[in-house]
Amino acid sequence: MTPSSSVEADRSLHLRVRALAGHRAVWPVVALLLIFAIDGVVSPGFFHIRVVEGRLFGNLIDILYRAVPTAVVALGMAVVIGTKGIDLSVGSVIAICGAVITWRIHAGDPHWLILLSALGVGVLCGLWNGFLVAVLDIQPIIATLILMVSGRGIGLMINLLYGGTNPSFNSPLLQGLSVGHIGLVPTRLILGVAIFAALWLLIRRTALGLFLEAVGGNSPAANLAGVDARLVKYAAYLICGLCAAWSGVILAADTHTSDPVSIGLYIELDAILAVVIGGGSLSGGRIYLGMTILGALVIQTLTTSILTSGLPPEYNLVVKAVVVLIVLLLQSNNLRGALYAGFARKTG
Amino acid sequence: MNEKYLPLAATIAVFLALFLIGGFLYKNFLSTLVLGDILADNAFIIIAAIGTTFVILSGGIDLSIGSMIGFVGVVMANLDVVGWHPLISGGLMLGFGLLFGALQGLIIDFCEIQPFIVTLAGLFLLRGSCFMVNLDSVPIRHPFVAWFAGLSIPLPGEGELRSSAIVMLVALAVAIVIAHFTRFGANVYAIGGDRVSAALMGVPMRRTTVAIYALGGVYSALGGVIYALYTSSGYPLAGTGNELTAIASVVLGGTLLTGGVGMVAGTLFGGMILGLIATLIDFNGSLNGAWIMISGGILLFLFIVMQRSLVGSFKLRDTT
Repeated sequence: MTPSSSVEADRSLHLRVRALAGHRAVWPVVALLLIFAIDGVVSPGFFHIRVVEGRLFGNLIDILYRAVPTAVVALGMAVVIGTKGIDLSVGSVIAICGAVITWRIHAGDPHWLILLSALGVGVLCGLWNGFLVAVLDIQPIIATLILMVSGRGIGLMINLLYGGTNPSFNSPLLQGLSVGHIGLVPTRLILGVAIFAALWLLIRRTALGLFLEAVGGNSPAANLAGVDARLVKYAAYLICGLCAAWSGVILAADTHTSDPVSIGLYIELDAILAVVIGGGSLSGGRIYLGMTILGALVIQTLTTSILTSGLPPEYNLVVKAVVVLIVLLLQSNNLRGALYAGFARKTG
Repeated sequence: MNEKYLPLAATIAVFLALFLIGGFLYKNFLSTLVLGDILADNAFIIIAAIGTTFVILSGGIDLSIGSMIGFVGVVMANLDVVGWHPLISGGLMLGFGLLFGALQGLIIDFCEIQPFIVTLAGLFLLRGSCFMVNLDSVPIRHPFVAWFAGLSIPLPGEGELRSSAIVMLVALAVAIVIAHFTRFGANVYAIGGDRVSAALMGVPMRRTTVAIYALGGVYSALGGVIYALYTSSGYPLAGTGNELTAIASVVLGGTLLTGGVGMVAGTLFGGMILGLIATLIDFNGSLNGAWIMISGGILLFLFIVMQRSLVGSFKLRDTT
C-alpha cells in the first residue's frame, strides 16, 4: 500500500467515526453499555438471571419491569413531542386514574368496567389537552400545565367523595395486569411490548405518523397541504392520555392504593428526558419510538444501578442529572466540533 | 391606552376584583394587614418569578428555580452551623446563582439544547445536591435572622411592609430598570420577539443568552436567601414545585410564553393573585389543600382564555 492511500483510508475511517459519533443512537447505547460495564465491576452477579417461584428474577428483569410505566408514558410523550407539543399533565392523569379506580372499586363496579373507565379518564384528559392546544391554540407547556397543577387536586377530591385520605383496594384483574406474570415473564412487560408494537404499527404503517411529523415540522404548511393539523394534534394528545392512563393502572395496582399526591411524581420529567435522550427534539417533526424506549431504559438502568451499587439513594438525582447532561452534550454537534478541534490541535 | 398595557391592566383588575370579593366575604379581609402578609409570604416566589420573567421574555424557560431555592437554604443553614454570617453566605449564594445560571445559559446557547431540558437537568442536579448535603431541616440561629424578621415599615392601617417584601420591591424596581431602560433589556425583548431577526440586527446572542440565565439564577438565589431568612431554616425539600408557581405567576402577569411580549411589573401582580387565592382559601377554613391546586388550574385557564380574547394580536404570532 502506498503512503498516500493509507492516509486516504485513515481519513475515510476518521470520517466514518465522526459520522457514527453524530448518529443519534450511538451515545445512548454507549451510555447504557458503560453503566452495565460499571455494574459488572461494582456488583458481581449483576447480570445473573434465575427462576424463583415460577418467574424470572434478576437485576436485568427488574430494570425492564420498573421501566415499563415510564416507558409507556414516554411513548405517548414521544408522539406529542413529535407534533412540537409537550404534555406536562401525565403525572396528574396517573393520579386521577388511580383515584377513579379506587373510587369505582369501592362503589362496587365490575372490574373490567373499571379498567375501561380508567382508560376513559385518559381519553378525557387527552381530549381536554387537545382542546386547549388544537382549538384554543394555547402553547402546549401552559395548556398542559393547567391539568398538571389541578389534576392531583382532582384526585384528592375524588378520594374525599367516599372518605379516606389514601384508600386502598384489591382487584385480582388489575393486579394481575400489573404485578402478575404469564409463564416466566411479567405481564406488564408483555403488555408494554404489545403497546409499543401497536403504536409502532399506527405510526409507521399508517399515514398518521406522517401527518404527526408533518404537523410537528411545520403546522401551517401541513395545513396548507391538506392535513387537518387540529385533528392530528387532538390525536397526539389522545394517544398520550391513553398511555398515561395505562401507566396509571399499572402504578395504582402496584401500590394497591390511591395516593394522588405522590403517585407518578416527576414521571413527566423522566418521560421527556427519555424522549430527548432518544434523540427526539422538542422542536418537533420527528418521532423515534424505539429510541424512546432506549432512553427510558437508560434512565431506569441508572436508577437501579445506583441502588444496587450501594451508593446512598440521595446520590440518585445528581448522578442522573450528570449522566443525562453528558449524553446530551455529546449529542450536540457544536460541542463535539470543539472537542475534535481541541483534540486535533493537541495531536497535530 | 397602548395595547401592550392591556394584559397588565387585566392582571391588576383581577387582583383588585379578588381582593374586593375577599373583603365582601370576610370582614377584616380588606386591610393593609392582609395585603402586607400576602406580600411578605410570597416575596421569595415573586423574586424568583421576576428573574424567570426575563427568561420567558426571551422565549426560554427555567425549571431550576425551585431546586435553587432549596439548595440556597440548605447551604446557608450549614454555613450558619459553622458560624458564617447570613449576609456573607447569602452573598456567596447569589454569586453561585449567577455562575450556575450563566453555565445553563452557555450550555443552552453553545450546545443548542432546548432550555427546558438543560434547566430540567439543573433542577435534578440542585435538588440532588440538597439531598447529598443533608436530609433534615437545619435551623439558622444567627441573631441577624431575628433582626431581619423584625424589620418593617408600618403601612397606613394596622399593616406593615416586612423586610422580605421590601427586598422584593427593591428587586422588582431594579428589574424594571433593567428590562425597560437598558440595552440588555431591549435585547431580551428582541430575542424573544424573533431570534433570527435579532441575530441579523446584531444582537450579541451568546452574551445575551448567558446574561439572561445568569440574571434568572441571581434572582432565584435571592428568592432562596429570602426564603431561608423568612423560615430561618434550610430544608432540602424547600421550594419543590416552585418553578411551576413562578412560571404561573409570570403567565398570570401577562407575559407570553412564546417570548417578546409582557412586562416585569405584571409578575408582581401574578404572584400576588396566587397568594391571594391561598389566603382566601385559608380564610374560608373549611376548604382543604386540594382546592388550592384546583383553583390554581382554573384561574390559569380563565386567564389564558381572557388574555387571548383581550389581545387579538396573539393570532399573528402563530402565522409567522
